[in-house]
Amino acid sequence: MSVKTVAYTGNEAVAQAMKQIHPDVVAAYPITPQTEIVQIFSTFVADGLVDTEFVTVESEHSAMSATVGAAAAGARAMTCTSSQGLALMYEVVYIAASLRLPIVMPVVNRALSGPINIHCDHSDSMGARDSGWIQLFSENAQEAYDNVLQAVRIAEHKDVLLPVMVMMDGFIISHALENVTFLDDETVRRFIGEYRPDYYLLNPDHPITVGAFDLFDYYFEHKRQQVEAMRMAKPVILEVGQEYGRLSGRSYGLFEGYRLEDAELAIVVLGSTAGTAKAVVDGLRREGVKAGLLKLRVFRPFPREELAQALRHVRALAVLDRSDSFGVVGGPLFAEVRAALYDLPERIPTVNYIYGLGGRDIDLEMIGRVYADLAEIARTGRPRELVTYLGVRE
Amino acid sequence: MATLKELARRPNRLTGGHRACAGCAAPVVARQVLLACQEPAVVGLATGCLEVTTTIYPYTAWGCSLIHNAFENVAATVSGAEAAYRALRRRGKIDREIRFIAFGGDGGTYDIGLQSLSGALERGHRMLYVCYDNGAYENTGIQRSSATPRGASTTTSPAGKVLPGKRQPRKDLTGIAVMHNIPYVAQTTVAHWNDLTRKVEKALAVDGPAFLNVLAPCRLGWVTPPEETMELAREAVECCFWPLYEVENGVWRLNYRPREKKSYIEWMKRQGRFKHLFQPGLEALLADLQAEVDERWRALLVRCGEPLEEERLQAVQG
Repeated sequence: MSVKTVAYTGNEAVAQAMKQIHPDVVAAYPITPQTEIVQIFSTFVADGLVDTEFVTVESEHSAMSATVGAAAAGARAMTCTSSQGLALMYEVVYIAASLRLPIVMPVVNRALSGPINIHCDHSDSMGARDSGWIQLFSENAQEAYDNVLQAVRIAEHKDVLLPVMVMMDGFIISHALENVTFLDDETVRRFIGEYRPDYYLLNPDHPITVGAFDLFDYYFEHKRQQVEAMRMAKPVILEVGQEYGRLSGRSYGLFEGYRLEDAELAIVVLGSTAGTAKAVVDGLRREGVKAGLLKLRVFRPFPREELAQALRHVRALAVLDRSDSFGVVGGPLFAEVRAALYDLPERIPTVNYIYGLGGRDIDLEMIGRVYADLAEIARTGRPRELVTYLGVRE
Repeated sequence: MATLKELARRPNRLTGGHRACAGCAAPVVARQVLLACQEPAVVGLATGCLEVTTTIYPYTAWGCSLIHNAFENVAATVSGAEAAYRALRRRGKIDREIRFIAFGGDGGTYDIGLQSLSGALERGHRMLYVCYDNGAYENTGIQRSSATPRGASTTTSPAGKVLPGKRQPRKDLTGIAVMHNIPYVAQTTVAHWNDLTRKVEKALAVDGPAFLNVLAPCRLGWVTPPEETMELAREAVECCFWPLYEVENGVWRLNYRPREKKSYIEWMKRQGRFKHLFQPGLEALLADLQAEVDERWRALLVRCGEPLEEERLQAVQG
C-alpha cells in the first residue's frame, strides 16, 4: 500500500474520495460552497478517470430523487450538497432513509436562508438530524476524506443499510488548503469492496415494489426498524473506524477526547472549531488549567452513554453550537448533550454557547473566554447564563 | 404492431384486485402500456391514484419492479434507475434489456412534477413517461390542476354563485413536451387500445426519452357513470377536445381525424363537472369554450399539414 500526501482543499479531498469510491451513479447539482466537488468530479468524468454515470440534474430535489432511484435500482450512488440544496431535498432525504438505501452524501455546511448567506454554520445538517441519516462531522480535510470512505462501508453494512451524511465546514474546510494523506486506489477499492444489494429493481427475475403505500397497520413497524438500524450502526461505525485505522494509521471512534481524561473544564464541539479549541486547550494546560475538549464525530446515532462516560468527571462543561434552535433553550447539540448527562449520578453544570452563525469567525480569544467562564462556574457551582451568544453584537 | 390476440396472451404485469374505483381508467392505461412492452420493465409511479390503489403494503398489484418515491419526482427517480442501468451494463453487471416507464397523473406531471419531467427529458434518459390525465387531483378529492378544462367544477374551483368553475384554459403539456425536441411525443386515450399500443411500441423503440399523454376519464371527478369511461374517452377524440397525434423527431402527424367533428358542448353535457354551465345565461361562455377547442384543433391541423375544417368541407362540396 502506498500513501500520498498532497496539499488539497476540503472539496478536492472529498472529490478525490468520490473518485476512488468510483460510484456507479452520481447525481448532483452545484451550490456554494459544494460546487467545486461537482466541478472536479465532472472533470474526472470528462477525462475518463471514472466511468460513473453522472446525472446533471436540474435541482437538488431531483439530485436526491435520482440518487434514490439509482440506489434502489442496485447501484452504488452518491450526491453532495449544501444549505438550501439540502433544504430543497428534505422530502426525499427522509424517503432515502426509510427505503434503507445506503447513499453517501457529503454535505458542505452552510447557513440556511434567510437572510441569504453562503458561509458556514450547521443549520443545514441540523435540520436533517431527525431524517434517519447517519451524520458524521469532520474537523478538517483529512477527516472529511477519511469519513467519506468509511461512510460507504457503514452505509452498506447489512446490519445498517442507512444513508450517511458526511459534514465539513463550508469555506473553513472546503476551501482551505491542508496537507491530506490519501490511500492508493487499490487500497480504497479493497476497503470499500463490491456493492451487492440483496434486493434491487434491476433484477427482472425477482421483481420488487419499492416505496409502497404503508398505512397504520405497518408504518409504525417500519419506523421501529429504522430505530433498530440506527442502533446497529454504532458498533459498525466503531468497527469500520478501527479497520480504517489499521489501514491508514488514523483510527476513528464516535468522538475524540482531547486532553479530556483529567480535564476539569471541558467543551463539546463539532467540526473545524475543534482545531481552534485544541490550541486554546494547549495554552491553558501550559498555564496549569485542566482544560480539555470532546470533539463529536458521530451526531447520529448520538453516542449518549459513551459521551456521558467520557465527560462524567468534569466540573463544568460548555457545549458549542454552530446553529440555533428557536424557542427552546440552546442549540441542538446542547439539547442532546444535556439529555445524555441527565442520567449521571452527579449533575455537571453545563452551559451553551451559540457561535459562528453565517460564517462569523470564532477565534482563540473567544474560546478562551468560554474556558474562563467555565472556571468561574466550576468555582461557584452554578452558571450565570445558560445560553450565551458568542461574538454577536447585542 | 402486436395484435389483440397477441396482447391477450402476454403476461399481465398489473394484476386485478387492486383498489382502484370501478370505471377508473388509470390501471387500464398502465396495464395496456405494459402489455405493449415486451422487455422486462422498471416502473416508477408518482404519488397519486395509481400508486395508492396498487401498492397498499403488504400487497402489490405489480408483477414487475416498481418504485414510488414522492409526488413530484417520478421522472427524476426513474432517470436515476436508468442511469444505474447504464452504469451497471457498462460495468458488465447486467446483460439484460430493461425498459424504464414512469407513470404520473396530471397533478404529478402538469403541475408539481413539471420541473422534474423537463429535466429528465432534457437529459435524454431512455425512458417513457406516461401521463394519465384525468383532469384534476382526483386522489386527494378532485382539486383543480392545470390540466382541468376551463369551466369544470372541482373542489378548488367549485361552481359558485359568482364563478362558473375553473376560469383558466388547460395547459398544453403535450406541446411543452414536444418543445424539448425529444425523439417521440404522442397523445392517445385509454379507449384507443390499438393507437396506444402502437405508440408505446414506438416510444420504447427510440433510444431516448419519450412522452405519452393519455386521456383517462375519472368517474368521480367527471361525475359520470363508471360504465361510460371508455365512451367518454372515445367521444373526447370525436369532438376534438383530445386529438390523437404524435410528433416523431419533430414531425407532427395527426393519427385520426373524425369523419364529422362532433360538438364539444355535447361532450361536456354528459359530465356532472360541467352541469352548472347549462343554466340559462351561460350560453356565451359555452360558445367560448367550444371556440377554444376549435382554435386548438385548428392549430393542430396546421402543424400536422392537414386541411382545415372549412377546406375539407369545400373539397367535399366540390
